Amino acid sequence: MTPKQIRLAAIGGGLAFLALAAGIALTALEDNIVFFRSPSELAAKPAVIGEAVRIGGLVREGSVQRGGLRADFAVTDLAHDINVSYEGMLPDLFREGQGVVAEGRFDASGRFIADTVLAKHDETYMPPEVAEALEKSGKLNAPHPGKDAR
Amino acid sequence: MIAELGHFVLVLALVVAAVQAIAPIYLARTAPDIALSIARRASYLQFILILLAFAALSYGFVRSDFSLAVVFANSHVAKPLIYKIAGVWGNHEGSMLLWVLIVAAYGAAYARFTDTKDSFAARVLIVQGWLGVAFLAFLLFTSNPFARLLPAPFSGQGLTPILQDPALAAHPPLLYAGYVGFSMAYAFALAALTGADDGGNWARRMRPWILTAWIFLTLGIALGSYWAYYELGWGGFWFWDPVENASLMPWLAGTALLHSALVAEKRDTLKKWTLLLAIITFALSLSGTFLVRSGVLTSVHAFANDPERGLFILAILGGFSLAGFVLYGLRLPRLAADKPFQPVSREGLLLVNNIFLATATVTVFLGTIYPLVLDALGMGKISVGAPYFNAVFAPLTIPFALLLPLGPLLNWRAGSVKPLQNRLLLAAGAAALVTCGIVLSRGAASVMVVALFAAALWLLFGAGLDLAQRLAPYRSRLIKFWTLPANAFSAPLAHAGLAVMLLGILAATQWRAEIVVAAALNQQINIAGISLRYDGLREIDGPNYRAEQARLTYLTGRHQGTHIFPERRFYEAERAQTTEAAITTDMTGHLYAVVGETSGDKRVLRLWYHPYVAFIWLGALLMALGGSFALVTRLGRA
Repeated sequence: MTPKQIRLAAIGGGLAFLALAAGIALTALEDNIVFFRSPSELAAKPAVIGEAVRIGGLVREGSVQRGGLRADFAVTDLAHDINVSYEGMLPDLFREGQGVVAEGRFDASGRFIADTVLAKHDETYMPPEVAEALEKSGKLNAPHPGKDAR
Repeated sequence: MIAELGHFVLVLALVVAAVQAIAPIYLARTAPDIALSIARRASYLQFILILLAFAALSYGFVRSDFSLAVVFANSHVAKPLIYKIAGVWGNHEGSMLLWVLIVAAYGAAYARFTDTKDSFAARVLIVQGWLGVAFLAFLLFTSNPFARLLPAPFSGQGLTPILQDPALAAHPPLLYAGYVGFSMAYAFALAALTGADDGGNWARRMRPWILTAWIFLTLGIALGSYWAYYELGWGGFWFWDPVENASLMPWLAGTALLHSALVAEKRDTLKKWTLLLAIITFALSLSGTFLVRSGVLTSVHAFANDPERGLFILAILGGFSLAGFVLYGLRLPRLAADKPFQPVSREGLLLVNNIFLATATVTVFLGTIYPLVLDALGMGKISVGAPYFNAVFAPLTIPFALLLPLGPLLNWRAGSVKPLQNRLLLAAGAAALVTCGIVLSRGAASVMVVALFAAALWLLFGAGLDLAQRLAPYRSRLIKFWTLPANAFSAPLAHAGLAVMLLGILAATQWRAEIVVAAALNQQINIAGISLRYDGLREIDGPNYRAEQARLTYLTGRHQGTHIFPERRFYEAERAQTTEAAITTDMTGHLYAVVGETSGDKRVLRLWYHPYVAFIWLGALLMALGGSFALVTRLGRA
């Protein structure tokens, strides 16, 4: 092969490879996107049953019930609530009144079955999604029910 | 008083950095010797001044001087000394001070150790000076670590307990030494672009610095992953969290750079690409730290979000990247054309390596940035998680691992596979055989998983072939291994490290066993062929926490009779709780036990068996070791 042919072959091969890689990446991206919905958004427009969703808000005070390995709690943006079930160990920073983000699916009864629960931040930190959800529901600075002012 | 001195020397350091950045530019043409000598002295002085400031802040932390805002917010009297010191960089301001310290350290090290006497060295130090100016200004104007609180509080707020850990104390310095190290690649690229073509000499000069950066970054990422594994309470080692991705991107680009710089040096080709890659790698390093700090990304790593800082950061990131790219664009036509080369040759395969690594970098970039773009456009909040990255990386890894062993075995210029045929068949056969063994003993897995196993094993045996070929000339003195050339081990070790890491990832994700039980006293628990007994719980007091400690006893196997103690800790000062897993190593993996909540009169216990999971970090260590061998060879030659 002449140098020119080699170069053409290399460029052609490279482009074909990039197209293939881009194809794989974009398909994977399309299949694996998870949307974030706040409790109010879900109240207005419920999610499709069985579709992966990410929700977030505060763990409502007094809502946490543990039975065996399972924990039930409500996630709220102080306008609307979502009932969540999670089987497994809750993260260390999970607490009533704290911001959480959960990923999972709604079942037919409207209960959110979480695969993962994230509460990885310290007491003063709130996940941005949660802060925004609270802001939208207009309750960001409202005193938290059942929580005395510190 | 000490703190005020610290602040003062930082201001002095900024002035010195400005001198280093500007003065040599004017002198470079008329008096190059004086320019270099000024740049050199300025970089020493800048380093010493920042070191003093760092010492002053450390003093504040060790003495628990709560009149300093960062100490108040991130420390506590009742904290072990090592975490008081680690607390210096466990917060935004202190970690930025560490960052500028490392920038200055690289500059001073270059000034001290370079054998270059020409204007090239001065240009490298000028770029380092500009970096110093930008980061010192950022530190002083938006993130002053010496800000006072008046009146001084009596007690600090403490350091987030999960950060009170030896691995995490070392994680930021290692990572920063990696990120900042790539600033040398950037400085070399700019110095090469602004000077006359020196036939790829700059690539030879750049190699030890990017090797150093790459070794640090490899270790830093691995340490972070290991920390997440044992600290976060379930044994995950990589989460595809945006911040992890932000560290992975410069690593991938930096790995590509290491290899393309080799081609630029040895074969005087691929130079344009290498220069571009050097600029990109540093731009990615900057975003690695600064996307995190700007609060654009949501993650455990996000410190306080402050829009003013975010803007300043974006200005630095944009400024340096833009300067690099514009200069590259302007100078590109003046660079000598790259020599053409044969596709089947070492440089051909190194180009393939670069194509794969660049593709991997782009896919990570896409998955990390796409949610930010959608959010900015108001098209909804999404997250792109592990499934996307796994779906892309698995098919990408197979051809990469299959082609990789060929590279070092082929010759430069015109290589040929023919003379290697028998040895390659041997390695392929061995890989196929072991893969069959795995499938037979562990049962069916998906085609993708089997292919990945086979590819990783082929890569491992290929590294063995490479080592054998490199050591062949020294056959007579293999026993006296310390007399063998270090360079013979560099690539084989690094490539074997990748293979070992892949095997660890595959084994740990494919064969993991997990059990959750609400255990009564003396209840027996079985997992992965291990039997344990739950012996109950007791309360213990640590230096700055209280803990509930469970005890489990091995009933079978080599560890029979030994106890393990998973804990839940409550940190008084920080009002937080952490899970301390009990991890027991045996021949085939880790038993990972965690104690959870009470459930009636029972206690929730969660146990995992993570097979061969340690291979992941062992692989990273091997890679870093391979890099160190290459570096030692370089330094020995210089």
